[in-house]
Amino acid sequence: MDIHEYQAKEILDRFGVGIPQGALAYSPEQAAYRAREMGGDRWVVKAQVHAGGRGKAGGVKLCDSDLEIQAATEAMFGQKLVTHQTGPEGKGIYRVYVEAAVPIAREIYLGFVLDRASQRVMIVASGEGGMEIEEISAQKPDSIVRATVEPAVGLQEFQCREIAFALGIKPAMVQQMMRTLRGCYRAFRELDATMVEVNPLVVTSDDRILALDAKMTFDNNALFRHSQILELRDKSQEDPRESRAADHGLSYVGLEGNIGCIVNGAGLAMATMDTIKLAGGEPANFLDIGGGATPERVARAFRLVMSDKNVQAILVNIFAGINRCDWVAEGVVRALREEPVDVPVVVRLAGTNVEEGQKILAQSGLPLIRATTLMEAAERAVAAWRADTQRNANLRAV
Amino acid sequence: MSIFLDRETRVIVQGITGKMARFHAREMIDYGTNVVGGVVPGKGGETVEGVPVFDTVKQAVAETGAEATLVFVPPPAAADSIMEAADAGIRYCVCITDGIPAQDMIRVKRYMYRYPKERRMILTGPNCAGTISPGKAMLGIMPGHIYLPGNVGIIGRSGTLGYEAAAQLKEHGLGVSTSVGIGGDPINGSSFRDVLEHFEQDDETHVICMIGEIGGPQEAEAAEYIRDHVSKPVVAYVAGLTAPKGRTMGHAGAIISAFGESASEKVEILAAAGVTMAENPAVIGETIARVMQ
Repeated sequence: MDIHEYQAKEILDRFGVGIPQGALAYSPEQAAYRAREMGGDRWVVKAQVHAGGRGKAGGVKLCDSDLEIQAATEAMFGQKLVTHQTGPEGKGIYRVYVEAAVPIAREIYLGFVLDRASQRVMIVASGEGGMEIEEISAQKPDSIVRATVEPAVGLQEFQCREIAFALGIKPAMVQQMMRTLRGCYRAFRELDATMVEVNPLVVTSDDRILALDAKMTFDNNALFRHSQILELRDKSQEDPRESRAADHGLSYVGLEGNIGCIVNGAGLAMATMDTIKLAGGEPANFLDIGGGATPERVARAFRLVMSDKNVQAILVNIFAGINRCDWVAEGVVRALREEPVDVPVVVRLAGTNVEEGQKILAQSGLPLIRATTLMEAAERAVAAWRADTQRNANLRAV
Repeated sequence: MSIFLDRETRVIVQGITGKMARFHAREMIDYGTNVVGGVVPGKGGETVEGVPVFDTVKQAVAETGAEATLVFVPPPAAADSIMEAADAGIRYCVCITDGIPAQDMIRVKRYMYRYPKERRMILTGPNCAGTISPGKAMLGIMPGHIYLPGNVGIIGRSGTLGYEAAAQLKEHGLGVSTSVGIGGDPINGSSFRDVLEHFEQDDETHVICMIGEIGGPQEAEAAEYIRDHVSKPVVAYVAGLTAPKGRTMGHAGAIISAFGESASEKVEILAAAGVTMAENPAVIGETIARVMQ
């Protein structure tokens, strides 16, 4: 789960990491008021969306007066911010963070990640802040400092010292840098984060170390023990279809294509998408309906897939292990009787009780296209989609 | 003996009184697995599916001589259950549970390393379908009947895709020595490399089939190991060629977040290490059959 910059900063502040003075606003008037309340003569207003690359996309503005703030935020609120991370549809701006500008002497990159190779928490830092880590590792790989944390004892002072000195922090400020590193690590560890990224972490000309931007991602599997984090969820930043699916225990990812997929198992779902591509089509979605494919679950999956207007054919691929094909077949038949769909549906069943399942599909009288192997299923789905779009085109021509 | 478990291996099920655990314990027993007991704190003394339940793993080991365990415990308590098994002297643990916090798994891995290698428990999973040595025993939730006994060793991150491979092998009249699910989580008990090491030593395994997917470094790590240490032919398929970057595809670990983690990059890395690639999931069985000729 992702949270907003201002939320991440509030958390890091609680763990002893320095942050600039700032306040949240829900309207341009409030943004201007926040600046007056804060005082000073220079502020930064930042669109709060769950995506990086806001600066280049116009989501961050430097302002010298409250009038400027009002004008800048009026242009932001209610708009979709399109950055290289949001996709073409962008993310809605409903909150803006107003921050006192700070005199920056230098910028540092600081990231805490779950390193899958060492199976530990890894700290990644670089004196080349402001750039994204991908750019840093491509252009200045030698500037990157790494340290992994031994889980039994946690982050040690010497490690923090090593990082601070490697980054060229002035000796008088090393203590401050150590406090920053330990604060980020404790937030990561205690709140079950999977990523904490401070980019940039700045050293100001008056010798303060501040998190100028902050991004935190949390482990969905650990949210059950962090209700205060769960409260920070902002559904306006999520794909509505994906969050609805997640609320019902279905794992769904929307894609660009037009062949909808309903599959059990994440690996098989990805493999089904790959096979559709190989057969000359484009998958419209990833969807894992999980074990125990009850008729209700299958029906919900059909509704979910059909809510994507681009879908022009559906491929159901179920390998019944614990499920039984006859149950799944009944689910498909019941779902389609209750809510008929107007696109071709290809069903491939394999595994336990496959003959009974096929019989139920055949006897249903529904215009289902059946397939026995994965390749056959994908080819038939692509062929059915082509025939259907051709027929529709002909109809339109008539 | 096959890797990890055999007909005689004494197995317990942690969390055996749960509905799903009970169902699968029955399936395992019917398959011929030597299930000798279960563990549920506070339910010691009960009998489930004809086997005794104990309060602690230590008691179960003392009373039954249990060597292997299937952890079927909900996510908040699963990591603790794995560590309990490791401490009680269990030799092999399969954890089925999906949804264990990643940092709990970091602690589990660290904890297991406090034991010297000769008595360190082997863990596969979590978030996997389990391990089966067809015709001998199964420790998991897979449909046993789709596997023929034979000489192909399967290692896979995905459960259903592993079934798909086994079913394709069966169509070609080919069987499986052992199929091991290593699970879809970012921090897992055993990697491809760890299991490859066992298959390389196993006389019953003649060909190894690896089923990978997007995300993480373990396929690349396996490629390096195969190139330098594996003499047996290896066939692999990597799922997720059409998966977008930065999105989690069902499995917590199936996300492309770094260089070398996409399916096409993994295919390239494995092929360069001499692995025969099945270019799509429909030809896994066919490719293995060709390699075995």
